[in-house]
Formats: sequence, structure tokens, C-alpha cells
Amino acid sequence: MSLLTPPQITGTAVRPGDRNFRFTTTVAGIAVLGVLAAIAAFLVWQSIPALQNNTGNVFTNQQWLPDADPPEWGIAVLIFGTLWTSLIAMVLAVPIGIGTALFITFYAPRRIARTLGFVVDLLAAVPSIIFGLWGLYYFMPQIVPAAQWLSTYLGWIPFFSNDLDLYTKSILIAGFVLAIMILPTVSAISREVFWQVPKGHIEASLALGATRWEMIRMSVLPFSRPGMISAAMLGLGRALGETIAVALILSAVFEINWQITEPGGNSIAANIALKWGEAAANGRSALIATGMALFFITLLVNMTARWVVNRRRDFSGAN
Amino acid sequence: MDLRSDIHAPLSPADDPLRLTGRRLPRWAPVGALAVALLVGLFVQLTQVTVLGLAPVVVVVLVFLLTYTGWTLAVEGRRHAADRFATALIFSAAILALVPLLWILVTVIYKGVTVLSVNFLFVDTMRNVNPRAAGGGVAHAVLGTLQQVGLATLISVPIGLLTAIYLSEYGRGRLARSINFFVDVMTGIPSIVAGMFIYTFWILTLGFPQSGFAAGLALTILMIPVVVRSAEEMLRIVPNELREGALALGIPKYRVIIKVVLPTAISGIITGVMLAIARVTGETAPLLLTTFLAQDINWNAFDGSQASLPTFIWDQIGRGTQSSLDRAWAGALTLILIVLFFYATARILAARYAPKER
Repeated sequence: MSLLTPPQITGTAVRPGDRNFRFTTTVAGIAVLGVLAAIAAFLVWQSIPALQNNTGNVFTNQQWLPDADPPEWGIAVLIFGTLWTSLIAMVLAVPIGIGTALFITFYAPRRIARTLGFVVDLLAAVPSIIFGLWGLYYFMPQIVPAAQWLSTYLGWIPFFSNDLDLYTKSILIAGFVLAIMILPTVSAISREVFWQVPKGHIEASLALGATRWEMIRMSVLPFSRPGMISAAMLGLGRALGETIAVALILSAVFEINWQITEPGGNSIAANIALKWGEAAANGRSALIATGMALFFITLLVNMTARWVVNRRRDFSGAN
Repeated sequence: MDLRSDIHAPLSPADDPLRLTGRRLPRWAPVGALAVALLVGLFVQLTQVTVLGLAPVVVVVLVFLLTYTGWTLAVEGRRHAADRFATALIFSAAILALVPLLWILVTVIYKGVTVLSVNFLFVDTMRNVNPRAAGGGVAHAVLGTLQQVGLATLISVPIGLLTAIYLSEYGRGRLARSINFFVDVMTGIPSIVAGMFIYTFWILTLGFPQSGFAAGLALTILMIPVVVRSAEEMLRIVPNELREGALALGIPKYRVIIKVVLPTAISGIITGVMLAIARVTGETAPLLLTTFLAQDINWNAFDGSQASLPTFIWDQIGRGTQSSLDRAWAGALTLILIVLFFYATARILAARYAPKER
């Protein structure tokens, strides 16, 4: 080494260990994306046979005879049941979930807040088969009076009327159980959003003499609106895909029945679980087609929700 | 009477024209309103009067809201009435949210303990058990669940951890952003779709048989996003000073990650993994499509149907006899105990070893 040139310390050599490790982690990350793409690809591919030989209209037909000759099936009934059960679940779970989140964030003493948060999260850990079992044998008998009440006093609204005088195993009750199941999702995400509300906004409104509710209404809720919308949508995503509890509670009649307090109804996911065992090759292909529809619906719902949350996170300035 | 004492009698705060605060309800107001509501409820209950067909509990809640808000409206004014009304609703929401969990836990324990025994858990299977007869057990299902969840953990933890490391230590730009986004989206994939994908990919396309391993693969898909999210969160709260200190000593970045960053975050990562395990242990739908039911022990997770606790419960409910239903409840209790064990361990670890947030 020459004495005149100082030793170089700005070497650009990358250590092989570094390169390999970075490469491995990148591959893992890409593999996760690959799995998602593979799910879409395989579901589309495997549903093609049933979609091709279907003699009914996929969107409007109300039969489920994919293994008959000629096969005839459609997704209308399933979409109907899936959307209605999820809608009912949302109507119930979103206000209660947001209320619980508000309680935990702004009302409860710290210790109670922590315990309640833990308990609500624990609800998310209860397996869906147990929701189904409990819902079928314990919750349903207790909630039937509510369904009866709806049809007696609000029966003039067409979908609450009940001509059969039977109130069990209905879309309404499945919606109730789904509401309990998505409650932790809605509550946890709303809670996270409420934490992000700048302290300054809260203290400013209280300092101006706002009551606690005025503070929530004027500074917390406007700030958290996008977050609450996505909390509701993530709950919706969960409700749409819920399988076993719905399969146990609905009486799985394959027809569209607008009277949601009567027994009946079906959903995409529940139909798959119930029909899978008995289905032949084409039947399974048709079930995969419905699963593909479910996948893309939930994907859309989740992507929208996450997009809204992330946009907020980037620009909120709260963190 | 001394007139002066009258003149100098202190004004009650409410009548003071210069008062700064408005008239307030007494502190016991909520309790008072609740007592009124309970009395009305008791009256409804005893006399069997029905108002619009409402149940006494509902009557109590409505009467409480009405009296409490009305009283506040009369004394404190509109703004405070709205405040108290909202407070009452928010408290009710929180109480309502507690009911299902307690109800489920009590029901499962109460129904499950009658059949639960050591033999039921570890020895007996459903082989040659008549659905109408009592007896049988979940040994085969416990074995299956442990194997399937174990396999899922073995696969998803390395992939999830490496992805989390990529996201927190290396990832910048478009690729990292899209992985980050789609990991979030993946947490919302319906479990039945995951099972369906493994069926189309592993069983239909690659031609492998139904097996516990296929079920494990389906659970892997559900576990990966949970592991990534929690591990990444933990890696992100490792203080940057630790990384910078190690890098300044000339240690290669990958060694810094393995020797400094990971050990710092390890307890949080283990917590996340435990939570992910708790989440997938109860999954039923994907198992129905990938391994289905079995009545006997199958030690080999790579070939043939294998039982699991969720599918055991599903099967027993479907049989519809009293003894099969009893078995279903006992299976449910077993399952919930396993899930709660993972959940509780995770929480305890998290509480004890969590790195301090800055």
C-alpha cells in the first residue's frame, strides 16, 4: 500500500451472508404474495369445468343440481343468504362494537378498560364450531321471542312477517350469532382508531366546555370516521366468510325467502361445508366456483377497508 | 326573629344569580333512575302486564333511559341530557358485549364436564362406538389436532418470521408496500377458501391424498398473516439504538438481525405465534375439505383422513343423538381449554416480557 493514498474505507463489497439473508427474507415475502395469487388462480382454474357445463344462469338460477345431467345451478340463493346474514350482523355489531370501544377508550378506568378489552378479544378466540353449538342449543331458544316480537309488532315491514309461525333456524338468528362473532373485530379496530385521535383535539374540546359526549361527537368521531368504516368492513369480511356457525344454525333450504324470521336461508360458505361430502366431481367444481366468488367478494371488501385504514394512517399526523 | 340572619342567609348555589355552574343532578341520580326502572320492571314481571309485548328486561332498560334522560333534561338541560343518554348507551353496549363470552364459557363448561375424563381425553376413540351409546372419546381427535396445528406452526413460523424481517428490516418501496398491504388483506381470507385452495392445489392438482398434512397446509395459510403481522410489530418496537450500536461495531447486518434484533423481540414474537395457534386450532371448515372425518387414531399425518377436535364436534352434532351431543359438548370443552391455554400463555408471556414501548 502506498503511503501517499489513504486507505479506502468506503468499500462497497456486500458480505455474502448479508446478501443471502436479504435474499431469503425477500423470497419469503414474495412467497406470501404468491400464495394469494395462487389461491385466486387455482380457484378460477378448478371452477371452469362446472361453469362451462352449467345449463342454468350462474347468477340468476335458483337450483343446486351441479351433479345432475345436465347440471343446473346458480349462486343467487347463496349470495342472498350471505348478504342478508352479514347485513344483520353488521347492523347489530357495529353500534355495539363501537360503543364498547368508546367505553374502553374514553369512559372506563384503566384497569377495567384493560380487562374488558381482554375479554372482548377472548371472544375472538372462541372457535366458530362452539359458536354454532351454543347458538343452536342455547342462544336460539332464548332469542326466538325477539324474532316473534319483530314479526308481531313490525310484521308490516315485509321481511319481518312470518307466515309459518316458526321462528328458529332463520337468517335473522344466524345474523344474531354472526354479530357476536364479528363484535371483537369491530371493537378492536375501532379501539385502535380511537387511540389515534390526537390528544390535543380531545383536550381542546373539553377545555371549551364540551360535555364528554360532545367531545366524542365533535372531535373523536369525525376524526375516526374512515377507521370506523373500515372496522365495519373488516367485520363484514369476517361475517361473509363465516362457515360452520352459519351451517349449523340455518336450516339450509335452497331458496330465496325474503321473510328473514322464517326458517331457511343458506350462505356460500355454509353451502360448501354442507354439500362438500356428498358432491361428485362436477359438484365440487361448482362449489369451488361459489368459493371463488366468496374469495373475490371478501378480497374486495378487505382491500377497500385496508386501503381506507392505511390512507388514514399515512396522512393523519397523529403518530 | 333576627332579621339580619335572614338577610345574610347564604343563597343556595342554584338560586345564586352569579353562579358559574349549572344545576346538577345529585350524584346518586343514575342509581336512583335504575331503582325506578327496576321497580317498574318488577311490577311488569309480577302483574304480567305486557307493554307492546316487551320482555321485562327490555322494559327496565327503556324505563331507565327514559327516566334518567328526562330527569337530566328537566334539571341540567339539553346538552347534559344528550351526554347522559350517550353515556348510558355506551355503558349498555359494554355490558352487552360481555354477556356472550360469559354465557358461552359457562354453557360449555357446564355441559362438557359431565362426560370429560382422562379416558375420554387420552385413551378412547370413536372406533366401534355406536352413536346412540355413551362412551368413546377424543384421543384420536386430540392427536390429529396437535399434529395438524404442529405442522402448520412448523411451516408458517419460518415463512412468517422471514417475511416480517423483510418488512421491518429491509423492505422499502413498492414491493414492501404491497406485501404489507396484502398480508393485511390475507388476514381476512375466509377459512373455507383456504381449505378449498389446498384441496384444488395439493389434492386435485398435485394428486396427494387427503391427509392431516393437507389440513396443516390449509391452517398454514390462515396462520402466516397473523404471524407476520405480530412479528413485524414486535420487530418495529426494537429500539433503533440497538441496531445502530451493533452496526457501528462493524457487525454485518444479518448478524445484527439474528443476534440482536430477534432476541430482543423474541418474547413478543412467541406471543404472536401462540395467538396464531390459538386462532387456527378451532378452525373447522378448512379441515372438512382437506382431511375430513376419522373415527380412529391415525398416527400418519401424511396419508389418509385424520380426526381433529373441531371436525369431531361437527360429526357428533350431525349424528343428533343425546350421547353424541354429550360427546360434542365434551369435545367443545376440550377444544376451548386447548385454545384458552395457548391464549393465556401468550398473554402471560406478553405481560411479563414485553419490551417497553418508547
